[in-house]
Amino acid sequence: MAKTDSVKESIWRSMGLSDEEYQMIQDLLGREPNYVELGMFSVMWSEHCSYKNSRAVLKGLPTSGPQVLQGPGENAGIVDVGDGLAVAFKIESHNHPSAVEPYEGAATGVGGIIRDIFTMGARPIASLNSLWLGDLQSNKSRMLFDGIVSGISGYGNAVGVPTVGGQTVFHQSYENNPLVNAMCVGVMRQDEIKRSAASGVGNSVMLIGSTTGRDGIHGATFASADLTEEAVEKKSAVQVGDPFREKLLLEACLELVARGCVLGIQDMGAAGLTCSSCEMAARGNVGMVIDIDKVPRREDGMTPYEVMLSESQERMLLVPVPGKEDEVKNVLEKWDLLAEEIGKVTDDGFITLLEGGEIVAQVPAKALAENAPLYHRESVRPNYLDEVALYDVGALEAPKDLGGALLQLLGSPNLASKKWVYRQYDQQVGAGTVVGPGSDAAVVRLPGTSRGIALTCDCNSRYCYVNPRLGAAHAVAEAARNLACTGARPLAATNCQNYGNPYKPEVFWQFKEGIEGMAEACIALNTPITGGNVSFYNEDGEMAIRPTPVVGMVGVIDDVEDCVAMGFSQEGDVIVLLGTTRDEIGASEYLATVHGVEAGQVPELDLDVERRLCELLLAAADRGITRSAHDLSDGGLGVALAECCIAGSCGARVRLEANIAPDRFLFSESAGRAIISVDESDLGALLDLADEMGVAAKAIGEVGGESLDITCVESACVPVQGDDRRAQEAEVVIALPVAKLAQVYEEAIPCAMER
Amino acid sequence: MKFGVIVFPGSNCDRDCRNAIEAVGFDAEFIWHRDTSVAGYDCLVLPGGYSYGDYLRPGAIARFSPVMDSVVEYARDGRPVIGICNGFQILLEAGLLPGAMQRNVGTRFICDRVRVRIESTRTPFTSGCREGDVLTLPIAHADGNYYADPQTLAELEERGQVVFRYCNELGDATPEANPNGSLNNIAGVSNEAGNVVGMMPHPERACEAILGGTDGRRIFESVAEWVRGGVRVGQDG
Repeated sequence: MAKTDSVKESIWRSMGLSDEEYQMIQDLLGREPNYVELGMFSVMWSEHCSYKNSRAVLKGLPTSGPQVLQGPGENAGIVDVGDGLAVAFKIESHNHPSAVEPYEGAATGVGGIIRDIFTMGARPIASLNSLWLGDLQSNKSRMLFDGIVSGISGYGNAVGVPTVGGQTVFHQSYENNPLVNAMCVGVMRQDEIKRSAASGVGNSVMLIGSTTGRDGIHGATFASADLTEEAVEKKSAVQVGDPFREKLLLEACLELVARGCVLGIQDMGAAGLTCSSCEMAARGNVGMVIDIDKVPRREDGMTPYEVMLSESQERMLLVPVPGKEDEVKNVLEKWDLLAEEIGKVTDDGFITLLEGGEIVAQVPAKALAENAPLYHRESVRPNYLDEVALYDVGALEAPKDLGGALLQLLGSPNLASKKWVYRQYDQQVGAGTVVGPGSDAAVVRLPGTSRGIALTCDCNSRYCYVNPRLGAAHAVAEAARNLACTGARPLAATNCQNYGNPYKPEVFWQFKEGIEGMAEACIALNTPITGGNVSFYNEDGEMAIRPTPVVGMVGVIDDVEDCVAMGFSQEGDVIVLLGTTRDEIGASEYLATVHGVEAGQVPELDLDVERRLCELLLAAADRGITRSAHDLSDGGLGVALAECCIAGSCGARVRLEANIAPDRFLFSESAGRAIISVDESDLGALLDLADEMGVAAKAIGEVGGESLDITCVESACVPVQGDDRRAQEAEVVIALPVAKLAQVYEEAIPCAMER
Repeated sequence: MKFGVIVFPGSNCDRDCRNAIEAVGFDAEFIWHRDTSVAGYDCLVLPGGYSYGDYLRPGAIARFSPVMDSVVEYARDGRPVIGICNGFQILLEAGLLPGAMQRNVGTRFICDRVRVRIESTRTPFTSGCREGDVLTLPIAHADGNYYADPQTLAELEERGQVVFRYCNELGDATPEANPNGSLNNIAGVSNEAGNVVGMMPHPERACEAILGGTDGRRIFESVAEWVRGGVRVGQDG
């Protein structure tokens, strides 16, 4: 029998459990839990591990499709990419740790997600990250930014997984709650997929990798509360990473998979040995007995409680194929790592912990892993929404100098080049990076094939703030558009839901709406969600972050030789604007940067148009007529044209016929648009194709020269075709050398950081 | 032509080197750092990465790996050895090459594409190039700031042991073209005999056009041609 040291209510409360939850635990056990058991429940029932406040809502996301080999519920999702190959991918947050200890927090975020991928039997081939920070003018934000980027660089580079893309966004709501969402992608043969269920009564349970120390105890609980000053004092809850051991563990695990030693395997992340043991047992409908004394420690005098809750990094729990225990030990020994048999699989469904031969805890695995409470939180539409929606953008006066406005946008931290960030990441290790950071999407070749995958992370949290539902749908649409621009077919998505405190009805409403919007878009674009995570409590007691549902998406391209670049490349190519431009500057980057307003209506989103645009981009790429393609999003047409010029070191002459004011036409963020360039001889074919697909398409200029020259005529006075007056009446709205655009674009972030 | 790529714990460009060498058309095999023989290989490659986590100093622990004794012997025998990035750092720590690495100026990791000028063609790895040729190659390192004391540096220059220098598109070794603060823009050096070369840029990442360039092939092609010619360095090859 378990020791039943009686526990005082202050104890469970300090571990983050409510009185009702404590009662539930007593009911499940039929007795009071002891201290160790209570600790195990508290971490497993934390929001971070149990999703108790989000599970019910998350059920609304589409998770299946013929391309999905593994949906949510495992360490990572898996999709079929053809040729017998599979791609495992997932995005996960490491927000709270990064807020208090930016280097280690971000580093272990990268380590955790890489482990999730090789746990499935896949070799990690690419990382991305979505970073959200406060205003760059603030010292604190710059310190966090610098530390987070260094942490990602320090860990990811050393493990040898290239960081190929992502996003970095600045807004004051992230000042005290920066977001670090790390995504990793790996590849394997479909017959090598490994899962985490324990099986085979009597089989060994082995702990492999590193020793266990006191770091990260209660990390999961820490991540499941507001980040108040008091919480920041819990700094010891941040783990310390060792990328060198991770690299060894990666190679060792893949060698175990190749040798056929693995029956079930699970990485140890949040809630360490507690989480991995009870989840493996619950998934396999078995139990496990674990001898705490056999867990290799890095510190003396650790209690069973500390051993079970430690979040020491670079560890795995493994159920080997029976009889292969020695082979496992040999492989781990080769890689200078530990492999210890710490227990056995049992048939009783309990996680039983022994110390000195005595039972120190005994809990049904499913009670920990599956019986966590499920809450339907109250949701209330926040009042601020009316205020922002009512803002009249029509009354705004256009800036006199549109060229100046364009430069202001290109030099704003959100739109400026992020080279300062990704120059610190090894983008090429693995020798598969065909398109690295700084494009619509990254493209990575699958080893040993000509096939590639395209990857992107997207979210516009200003949209999500103004309209949580539509904003989340936009994130999915933008991700799909980004992939299609490179010539890759969108396959599936992963998501990281970053919100404030779910006990606040307004926050929960944002979350619910966001999930519904994301679900609609994923269904319409046939990109099911295969996994991800939820990060609540991103607030410091005063300010919550803006709703930030980040979408990570994977697409496939049959031959990387066919992938399409973003920059203009050939003098004389015709530039074609795809999609319809409306007067939609609400919640835009232009409105925020040039007018200092974050309000208005989010652009409309017609998912059918998005789908057709993607099909058109794919068809054009497939026929080999696309010379360049770039998605229109933040900053609209003006910024997109400038980016194409900068990326290709090439100018463009553009003539717009606008039925709206030039500033609106240039900076509207209407969805469902892209600009592509084609050889003049292919223009007819492209326009026919667009017509066939039902996508508006219009030639707006040509590539050439050393500057971006844009003229505009308002369509009310557009003369009939062939009329000579046309050129005379066109107003020059922008005439800027590409070198100037590039300078403003490239220098903004280094200037802010290296001053 | 068979290359041996040495795998240390924490090497992470080992597979890339093997794949690149195969893509260029030669054979490559891994040599585990605990092996004590390097017999049967025509050239040894110490790949990039973070051997032993770069703990203490990059390369400082790897030089004690069991395989290193036979690497030293192989090098003393005049046979071709190249260290790339972390491999260069290991060769420095092992004393097979002169000088040392410091943290990059600015202290940050730098991943970029740079130009290097060929300064010496008497090494097996540059024998197929011409002096003054400019190659475009990727770099990815935090500790690539090459240092040597003034006397050593003068000797290196005098004896033609500087193999690669960071330069601009015109081939000029300007301060702006120096990414990491290396003395005299040095991107790679050789030993006195010329058969042991260390370089910070990654030729193995520039062997296929689809990955952004093919200038790296010349390094592997040069040494293969050199081996085929049966030359031993030290006899003014």
